[in-house]
Amino acid sequence: MTLRTVVALAACAIALLVLPWAIGNEFYVNMASQVLIYALFALSINMMLGYGGMVSLGHAGYLGIAGYGCILATVAGYDQLTAAIIGVAISTAAAALFGVLSLRAPGLGFIMITLALGQIVWGVAYRANDLTGGDNGIRYPARPMPFGFDIRDAASFYYFTLVVFVIALFFIWRFSRSPFGASLMGTRDQPRRMRMLGHNVWLVRWLTFVMAGFWASVAGVLYVYYNLFLSPHAISLQQSAEILLMAILGGASTLTGPIVGAAIITLVKNVVSTYVERWNTLLGVIFVVVIMFMPYGLVPGCTQLWQRMRNRIKARNAASGPASEPAE
Amino acid sequence: MTPALELAHLSKRFGGLPATRDVSLSVMPGERRLIIGPNGAGKTTLFNLVTGDLTADAGSVRLFGQELIGMPTQDRVHLGLARTYQILTLFPRERLVHNVVLALLGLDRRRWNPWSILTANRDLYDNARESLERVGLGDSAERIVVETSYGERRRLEFAMALAQKPKVLLLDEPLAGLSQAERQTIRALLDTIPRDVTIVMIEHDMDTALGFAERITVLHYGEVIVEGTRAEVVADPRTREVYLGD
Repeated sequence: MTLRTVVALAACAIALLVLPWAIGNEFYVNMASQVLIYALFALSINMMLGYGGMVSLGHAGYLGIAGYGCILATVAGYDQLTAAIIGVAISTAAAALFGVLSLRAPGLGFIMITLALGQIVWGVAYRANDLTGGDNGIRYPARPMPFGFDIRDAASFYYFTLVVFVIALFFIWRFSRSPFGASLMGTRDQPRRMRMLGHNVWLVRWLTFVMAGFWASVAGVLYVYYNLFLSPHAISLQQSAEILLMAILGGASTLTGPIVGAAIITLVKNVVSTYVERWNTLLGVIFVVVIMFMPYGLVPGCTQLWQRMRNRIKARNAASGPASEPAE
Repeated sequence: MTPALELAHLSKRFGGLPATRDVSLSVMPGERRLIIGPNGAGKTTLFNLVTGDLTADAGSVRLFGQELIGMPTQDRVHLGLARTYQILTLFPRERLVHNVVLALLGLDRRRWNPWSILTANRDLYDNARESLERVGLGDSAERIVVETSYGERRRLEFAMALAQKPKVLLLDEPLAGLSQAERQTIRALLDTIPRDVTIVMIEHDMDTALGFAERITVLHYGEVIVEGTRAEVVADPRTREVYLGD
């Protein structure tokens, strides 16, 4: 790790830690928590999308299964930690099953199957009135007290979310640099060659599918803790599409891209929408502009732009340097 | 002695078109076998059947006596099968050394590890660099594939296959598209491969390939029409008819 990376990481850490004090306003602190929750969703889908080249349109399904699982387990009388574990476990198991079904088809077929599975989860949540409350949704019946901490006020909740987020981010960062991550990226670029090198392409993809499902489930539990409520609207196709767009907007296949994408979309949806009535149009314009000028997303696009600017400045200095010498 | 690679009555049709017709051949351990035939003779199809990229309609493929039919490609690789491709199949945006590391990972349990940092596995990288040195790319290890020449990429294909220490190596036109000088480099490289590696090679360049192989199989319309030593095959009128021209 270079000194510059250490400094940059330290600066990020300090900024994230002092954020609630710096903002003060409870509304915006809650917004920061939401950004972190959605960033985790986007990071999890990016494990499949960016590193594995698998486009999923059913990611909100895990929010649904983990969320309802957690709520219903709490209703059934389990303590909060057990209920959260039950929610995540059921949802991850569902990811294992969904993976087997989705990976039967490549490309477009894969997208359509994930879409269908996501819609099935939505449909069940919508129809199973006795269990999920149907369209009216269902409340989380307790105050979330993870490990006995009170996270009712905005700042505490933010710190709790931050801890979970940082742990997840660390795991996903290791994942992206690991031998398994390298194999996954290989199966994205040259599946046939990877097979011929001895890699089990199907199993690599399936394991990634399950890991992505696991982290999305964790984000799902956070979502329930934040809203204290879950209804089918939260797990609609639009939600899945938004999570996917967050990763694409920020830059799939980069670690920071999905976080940036999640921040932009969440802020436009919640903050800008109070000033701009047509915020959906604004979001659309942002998408079109970014995809037109930075087809690989904001983070890779800005990195490229920055490098180009630096090179130009360097070139100008180099050109003006020798030119001014003879005059002296 | 058990043949290193034994095909028996292998057949494959694409719709109504027979690409491989009842092919039987056996290659002994350590042998250098050349497969020749005009375009469309089914040479690459034959390789794809051996590796499992294609599913055979009938017949058997045995590697040191073990049946490969029905086994997924990656399992065949774990038994000691490796190949290079006629159309280069590399990881173009990665460094050369990373390409070889992926080849090494394919046979290494560490490929399942989602937690360790890949570049911290020094032995993998040392091994990969050694392989690159062996094919004369030692100084290019850190270059990106797209920045290298076609000839260097061909050699990278070799480095990846050899890094896996295969028992049977399938070479699909390893000289295609290379200059005369580059052909000589590859030819010299082929001679350095030890005899515990059995090699089956498809090649059009007769000058280089004939000198390399002990036995030659001639394919025509998916069928073996001639097989024998270099002299026998060259002397056979059927070879002249289908391949060398009249």
